[in-house]
Amino acid sequence: MNSAPPRQTARSGPLVDQIFGWVAKSCAVLTLGLLIAILASLTLSAWPAIERFGFSFLTSTVWDPVKEEFGGLVMIYGTVATSLIALVIAVPVSFGIALFLTELSPAWLRRPLGTAIELLAAVPSIVYGMWGLLVFGPVLAEYVQTPLQSAFDGVPYLGALVSGPPVGIGLLSAGIILAIMIIPFIAAVMRDVFEVTPPLLKESAYGLGATTWEVVTKVVLPYTKTGVIGGIMLGLGRAIGETMAVTFVIGNFNQLDSLSLFQAANSITSALANEFAEAGEGLHQGALMYLGLVLFFITFVILTLSKLLLSQLRKSEGATT
Amino acid sequence: MMSAEMKQMRAAKFAQRNRLNYVATVLALSAMAFGLFWLFWILIETVRLGIGGLSYATLTEMTPPPNEEGGLANAIYGSALMVGLATLVGTPIGVMAGIYLAEFDRTGWLANVTRFVNDILLSAPSIVIGLFIYAIAVNPLKTFSAAAGVLALALIVIPVVIRTTENMLQLVPAGLREAAYALGAPKWKVILSITLKAARAGVITGVLLAVARIAGETAPLLFTALSNQFWTSSLGQPMASLPVTIFKFAMSPYENWQKLAWAGVFLITLAVLGLNIVARVLTRQKT
Repeated sequence: MNSAPPRQTARSGPLVDQIFGWVAKSCAVLTLGLLIAILASLTLSAWPAIERFGFSFLTSTVWDPVKEEFGGLVMIYGTVATSLIALVIAVPVSFGIALFLTELSPAWLRRPLGTAIELLAAVPSIVYGMWGLLVFGPVLAEYVQTPLQSAFDGVPYLGALVSGPPVGIGLLSAGIILAIMIIPFIAAVMRDVFEVTPPLLKESAYGLGATTWEVVTKVVLPYTKTGVIGGIMLGLGRAIGETMAVTFVIGNFNQLDSLSLFQAANSITSALANEFAEAGEGLHQGALMYLGLVLFFITFVILTLSKLLLSQLRKSEGATT
Repeated sequence: MMSAEMKQMRAAKFAQRNRLNYVATVLALSAMAFGLFWLFWILIETVRLGIGGLSYATLTEMTPPPNEEGGLANAIYGSALMVGLATLVGTPIGVMAGIYLAEFDRTGWLANVTRFVNDILLSAPSIVIGLFIYAIAVNPLKTFSAAAGVLALALIVIPVVIRTTENMLQLVPAGLREAAYALGAPKWKVILSITLKAARAGVITGVLLAVARIAGETAPLLFTALSNQFWTSSLGQPMASLPVTIFKFAMSPYENWQKLAWAGVFLITLAVLGLNIVARVLTRQKT
């Protein structure tokens, strides 16, 4: 016997649908609003300092909370210098890792090795910081800095670069630790973009007798160069915004009087981490907020560039296939 | 016909190319070893020094003053509470926004702008998030509070969850949706009980990764939740958390504090890497 079909009560359609769609949309808009709110509130909080110092804040090296004179050049220099040291180390290493993972590694090793490198990115930055300060710093001082100093003693420029107390704290150690932290990000992007190179192109090159190195530098790299640069930018963005690891090892020293890489210094993020909670309201806090605004602006520009480059690669990939 | 001289030149060129390739291969291999070397060094030191500082008291006693015995109980509790609440606040928002991007508006301008902004937020320095929450929640109320810390962590959860939810929903085959529509299901039902369910493992992975990320975050808590030497469950007061406690203890000259900091680092690393590995296992089963 057939029973009658159930009465249609489940047609809650239009209204619930509308509400659901509206909730989903407002959550998306909320994310948008977040970015604007961050920019607006930082600018507003930094306003006393912006009004007082203007753009000369970016070129002055004075940081004196007692006299209420603030300039951010020391911190900006520290951020830029550590990030550049990090890039110089991380880019070639990441390239090697990506090359190994895509062209050289046996297939069964690819996944575990890739995962291991990705885990390096998962280690919290406070762990890097503490390890850097208490384990890595002393090793660096004893086995790298001291020998370098005695080797380059008296050599012009190079000698100045390695002068200063070899205690394992300062720009160089911060740069090295940042490099370790951004290697997984750059390597992951490079590996992913290397993998989008059409196999046909690579096989043709191999078929003509090219070596692995020639295939990678003359086929894969030209094909993926925008993506590679995008990945490097992404790593740079990370390095600039990294806080805890840098705060531990940079030494937090507000002075800029030598070129030395061994010198203790300060970065935007470590100045914020160390001073903000204790800063008195008014100009000191405003100046720190100003630094935060500068930091956000720099990372914003770099990440935007990275995003544009990566999407360009995706577009050209779509065009060829 | 090739002269002997030409032959020799070719052979020399070939040998040179091979040599270059060999050098490059060795360098790539050492780059790989370089990366793994740091991972193992950090892990080994963390385990060695962490286990040394770990004891039963670490888990049951409060953070001590300098040079006295104690544990990390209040910091562990604070971390768990704030991370848990932040996940509860951030996940629904992230999932809904992800649903919007994947199901409602795949190519519109609002979706494109949201995607772009989300990528920026995903990589934005977390200390800036801390400054933002300080400006909107701590400064007006004139008090550091755990609630502000929760808010700051939630803002870090949202972009991670949006990204994974959207990606996972887009992997759900269109046929599944169409079949559900053909049966007369309204859109919200299709999304909640068909597509979201099909993408469940991926979405959970995203949430786990977000938890792993905020469990180790220090910077956004420094001037929102601050820290607290005592046990507190009140969201209106400063609250201790593992990362901030580690920061404070590690930078101090007191030996017992440093020992506790290593124990804390060990616990955090264990939790974060464990979550990452669980998340990976979950997605591997899916694919």
